[in-house]
Amino acid sequence: MSSNKDMDLLLKIWRQADANSKGELVDYNVTGISPDSSFLEMLDVLNEQLVEKGQEPVVFDHDCREGICGMCSLFINGEAHGPGDQITTCQLHMRSFNDGDTIYIEPFRATAMPVIKDLVVDRSSMDKIQQAGGYVSVNTSGNTQDANALPIPKADADAAFDAATCIGCGACIATCKNASAMLFLSAKVSQFALLPQGKVEAADRVKNMVRVMDEEGFGNCTNTGACEVECPKGISLDNIARMNREYLSASLAD
Amino acid sequence: MSPLKGFFNSSVARKFWMAITGLFLITFLLVHLGVNLVMFAGKDAFNQATHFMATNPLIQVMQYVLAAGFLVHIIMGIKLTMQNKAARSVGYAYENAAANSSWSSRNMIISGGLVLVFLILHMRNFFYEMKFTENIGTYTLDGVVLHNDFLLVSSLFTTWYYVVIYVLAFIALGIHLNHGFQSAFQSAGWKNSNWKGLMQTVGTVFSAIIAIGFSAIAIYFFLNPAQ
Repeated sequence: MSSNKDMDLLLKIWRQADANSKGELVDYNVTGISPDSSFLEMLDVLNEQLVEKGQEPVVFDHDCREGICGMCSLFINGEAHGPGDQITTCQLHMRSFNDGDTIYIEPFRATAMPVIKDLVVDRSSMDKIQQAGGYVSVNTSGNTQDANALPIPKADADAAFDAATCIGCGACIATCKNASAMLFLSAKVSQFALLPQGKVEAADRVKNMVRVMDEEGFGNCTNTGACEVECPKGISLDNIARMNREYLSASLAD
Repeated sequence: MSPLKGFFNSSVARKFWMAITGLFLITFLLVHLGVNLVMFAGKDAFNQATHFMATNPLIQVMQYVLAAGFLVHIIMGIKLTMQNKAARSVGYAYENAAANSSWSSRNMIISGGLVLVFLILHMRNFFYEMKFTENIGTYTLDGVVLHNDFLLVSSLFTTWYYVVIYVLAFIALGIHLNHGFQSAFQSAGWKNSNWKGLMQTVGTVFSAIIAIGFSAIAIYFFLNPAQ
């Protein structure tokens, strides 16, 4: 790792004017980057330098900058959210790089998630999967019953909660060689299927969500396990196996 | 939706059928290796084993199931690969795939494709010769007319380049199975973290047994040509 000295870097950044334009990698030199700055702050510095030179700043997605919203994306040096385990791009710091490094910065790539501009992609296909069944139709208004009236095994509650930590960032899709959305979908299926409130609609949920995933043009899972490694929340492949089980038994019952 | 459509025609279902046919082909490999190992017991024992395989009614029926299993696995594999390529129409300029997955898991179409090329050669050299030609001689043992399949197999193994192709094909198959074995259980939904390690270990040991077992027979008969 690097010292505390400020860093000079060569960035190779994907620039694309709009969804219909042909993009290309463009070289940028940034100077005076603190190793303690975050990756997104480094891009902020680059953009200030570009604006000062009268050039158009690089467009990229970001929001909370504390690793919980799932908005920041970026494929950095060949990995979704860059090097480092279980972090989003906003949690990546420049001390992970060395002075003089060349850094490739590309948008998430999937036919179902086309580039809108520069590094920003349209992830609404993930929303469509979610809308196809990623919810429970439980009436929560009025006389809500006591939570403890529904006994839930600790292991199931933990597994459901682990699945629910998915922030829907799309790193699993970006990193999968098949651009498959199965880790994302399986997390959404699992967080409900493991709990009594979600079991009621479990069969329809998994069938509808898989159908929309296929319609949106995501690829098929080949169990490389890359998604699990790159997931900022450590969502387990166990969820994909559970989704397969849920789906196969549900579709057999048709 | 029409009945059972999702069980045959969806991403999850195609992976399931890939897994089921894969596991079926894995059991076939064990039977095949078992028969081949009889070669070490000598000419007559091996020819009796192949005679059994060529005449047993159950095996005759299973031949067609096996052919169907191969076809589904191959065609589905090609179709899935084409869909997966289309799912990322614009690729990355720089991809560090080694950081998150194994080569064998990412290149099943390559290892599988090499096995398919060998399979075609193999069908021509053995299956066709045994089933459809009279090139191999017969002899009578204990009142049963036996094809001298032992001679066919052992004489092919005297050609050095055939043995090299044979061993390379089984290395490709070993790599294919090393990912495929545990992957099949995952696709069928029969896996979780508790079983993951054991399944990978069993898969790796099984792949090694298949690759080394078949190769050893070829190398043995190359070094010790049968009369």
